[in-house]
Amino acid sequence: MAIRAEHLTFVYNQGTALEQKALDDVSFEIPDGQFVGVIGHTGSGKSTMIQHLNGLVKPTSGKIYYNGEDIYGEGYSLKTLRSKVGLVFQYPEHQLFEVDVISDVCYGPRNLGLSPEEARQRAEEALRLVGMKEKYWQQSPFELSGGQKRRVAIAGVLAMNPEVLILDEPTAGLDPKGRDEILDQVRELHEKKGMTILLVSHSMEDMARYAQRLLVMNHGRKAFDGTPKEIFEHYKELESMGLAAPQVTYIAHALRERGLAVEEDITTVEEARDAILRLFGKE
Amino acid sequence: MIRDITIGQYYPVDSVLHRLDPRTKLFGTMVFIVSLFLADHIWSYVVATVFLAAAIRMSRVPLPFMVRGLKAIVFLLLISVSFNLFLTDGEEIFHIWILRVTKEGVRMAAFMAVRLIYLVVGSSIMTLTTTPNQLTDGLEKSLGFLKKVKVPVHEIAMIMSIALRFIPILVEETDKIMKAQMARGADFESGGLIQKAKSMVPLLVPLFISAFRRATDLAMAMEARCYHGGEGRTKMKPLRYAPRDRAAYAVFAVYLAAMVGTRVLV
Amino acid sequence: MGIIKASKLIFDYIRRDEDENIQEIDRAIDGLSVDIEKGSFVAILGHNGSGKSTLAKQINAILVPTEGTVWVSGMDTADDSKVWEIRKRAGMVFQNPDNQIIGNIVEEDVGFGPENIGVPTDEIWKRVDESLEAVGMTAYRYKSPNKLSGGQKQRVAIAGVMAMRPECIVLDEPTAMLDPNGRKEVIRTVRELNRQEGITVLLITHYMEEAIRADRVIVMDDGKIVMDGTPREIFSRVEELKQYRLDVPQVTELAYELRKNGLAMPEGVLSPEEFVDALVGLHEKKMRQDQGQPS
Repeated sequence: MAIRAEHLTFVYNQGTALEQKALDDVSFEIPDGQFVGVIGHTGSGKSTMIQHLNGLVKPTSGKIYYNGEDIYGEGYSLKTLRSKVGLVFQYPEHQLFEVDVISDVCYGPRNLGLSPEEARQRAEEALRLVGMKEKYWQQSPFELSGGQKRRVAIAGVLAMNPEVLILDEPTAGLDPKGRDEILDQVRELHEKKGMTILLVSHSMEDMARYAQRLLVMNHGRKAFDGTPKEIFEHYKELESMGLAAPQVTYIAHALRERGLAVEEDITTVEEARDAILRLFGKE
Repeated sequence: MIRDITIGQYYPVDSVLHRLDPRTKLFGTMVFIVSLFLADHIWSYVVATVFLAAAIRMSRVPLPFMVRGLKAIVFLLLISVSFNLFLTDGEEIFHIWILRVTKEGVRMAAFMAVRLIYLVVGSSIMTLTTTPNQLTDGLEKSLGFLKKVKVPVHEIAMIMSIALRFIPILVEETDKIMKAQMARGADFESGGLIQKAKSMVPLLVPLFISAFRRATDLAMAMEARCYHGGEGRTKMKPLRYAPRDRAAYAVFAVYLAAMVGTRVLV
Repeated sequence: MGIIKASKLIFDYIRRDEDENIQEIDRAIDGLSVDIEKGSFVAILGHNGSGKSTLAKQINAILVPTEGTVWVSGMDTADDSKVWEIRKRAGMVFQNPDNQIIGNIVEEDVGFGPENIGVPTDEIWKRVDESLEAVGMTAYRYKSPNKLSGGQKQRVAIAGVMAMRPECIVLDEPTAMLDPNGRKEVIRTVRELNRQEGITVLLITHYMEEAIRADRVIVMDDGKIVMDGTPREIFSRVEELKQYRLDVPQVTELAYELRKNGLAMPEGVLSPEEFVDALVGLHEKKMRQDQGQPS
């Protein structure tokens, strides 16, 4: 088990008139190597939740364990934790600052105390992992396209050799192709490097395609926790939380209502296609 | 800490003071500040206290809210009080080591403390009852005469008003950037002065670039909405004096007379 | 001629070095011609860097053509004397909601445009009231923009444009930074303005589902118009769209996949209802056939 959160509660502005509970008694466990999607409407507490996992935000009450150790236990180094649990924020513009791509990616490993040579080696590896070609390495990160900036931002975290990678809406503002490219890259990290992934996204279609498990946040609480298929079965409850299921799930339900015998737990276009073709006797 | 500064914060209730023209309030605050420096007698302070208490009451802003603004000046207050207390010559009351406390010193220290406190509370009343926009409008109009000597009053007022809008956005953004860099192992706290200054670069560069980008975007958005300087512009909320403003000016006059009176007569 | 017309439009971003020598020329729009009908709702699709934002800025005369001409309500955007009149007629909403709101209070921001063009005070108030009502933000008029959600901020920005009494609104990826609910909110608002007030809308986006109910869809790639037609026509060309780095809604893709596998689904299916009806129809037909010819 990589991450265990127990009864996390986080209160903003405690003791003032503006007091607000951002997280309310949230518990979960994420085993090594899982691809977990985190969904919830804006303000549901999902961003606050993921910032707890690498010690950027300290819970008002509750505990977080990484590999069995309490991250706020005596002598536990948050800096080491942050290199093990990498967090990539939504906008790459919030972290890119160096003159060229390679130096920017070196920033993380350098902070870990690695020598310039080691840092550079890590940076090169990380850039290759995210598919940034060598010709871009000496370029200014500010001159890259939106999709490339994201890759560099992800590489900047990967260069610290994390075991867990948390991504907060890594595809916001990208065009459809750019979105698919980033998500495919993340899936590759999961499959080839065996990394544990936590992905925050608003796209249910993407969640159905990539995640093995979904955590649904609502009003600071964990509303659902299960496989995408299980979660999207509750599409009516999801709607009351300002969320939805993938469009094909709705289509499958509508078809069943009209008497067509398709499975009700369809969440991707491929599944829907196969189910309908079966219905028409075309396998 | 930032939350403690009440100057510049608006308290949204409806009161006579809220409805006064910002120019009236600016003028009143000025009168009050000047009067505090004229005051050198206990009676002057009694008059000032009555004036301030009446203003606080009329503003309908809760007292604790106003007093909170004082937290920001506690340090300044302590320094000026101790300076006055220990460094004023006169009739000695007692002394500790080389520090002499005199009768005059106590008097000066007390006056200084009251002055500072009243100054902060007085200006807080103005900002608590005036929206930042009204305030910039008021300044723009009150300082309009400076246009004749080629001071770009309209532009300065516009800059102030835009700055007010973007400060909270940039504060939030700073927090996000800090977190993003901390997730990459940045450490903004430990180390010596040089180390600390160096660690600010990864924070300041993205912040600066973002602010610059926002500025370019905003300039374009303003142009798209036909902004072309103060020329030929009309106002959605033009400043117009009402009878209550005339009454307020009368009150200021009486107050100032009373303050001058205590100085001359008593 | 429609409300907006571009003829053989070319636009180059020119980078110069310190000595004003041309360093790099980047052709963002390459010989584009288009004619937009008054009162229509047009969606312009294209991947990042396809030139669609540059086109948007041409319509508001923020950028003027390198070659060719753009007319807005018959006025040439390159004519300096017409700039303010053009910006009044063709309002613009940008991507980042924070970077286009100037006022510290919602209603004051909406009044900013009319103030700039010298509208008398009473008239400003009337316009602000109407515009806030039109976008459904009257309840928030005394709020600070910083307290609003992304979708609400964009609606305030739209109200700010409406207060100028434009004939046309150009929205440059207004939903790119919003969550799904904010996106729906903004699109609904824009559609209502189009239907009820007859405002011509040019919506630039890369979210395909926002284009479904447009009157016309234009796809841009490499500074040119590569596809132009009704949503149904455009969305029936799935492979072609993918080639331009775009996507189709799941329902369209599913229908397309079924067609490819020999089911007689109609082309360019846009809504789940349409899909379900068509498929149920096909299924009934199959059942009848199966019963008619028992094997």
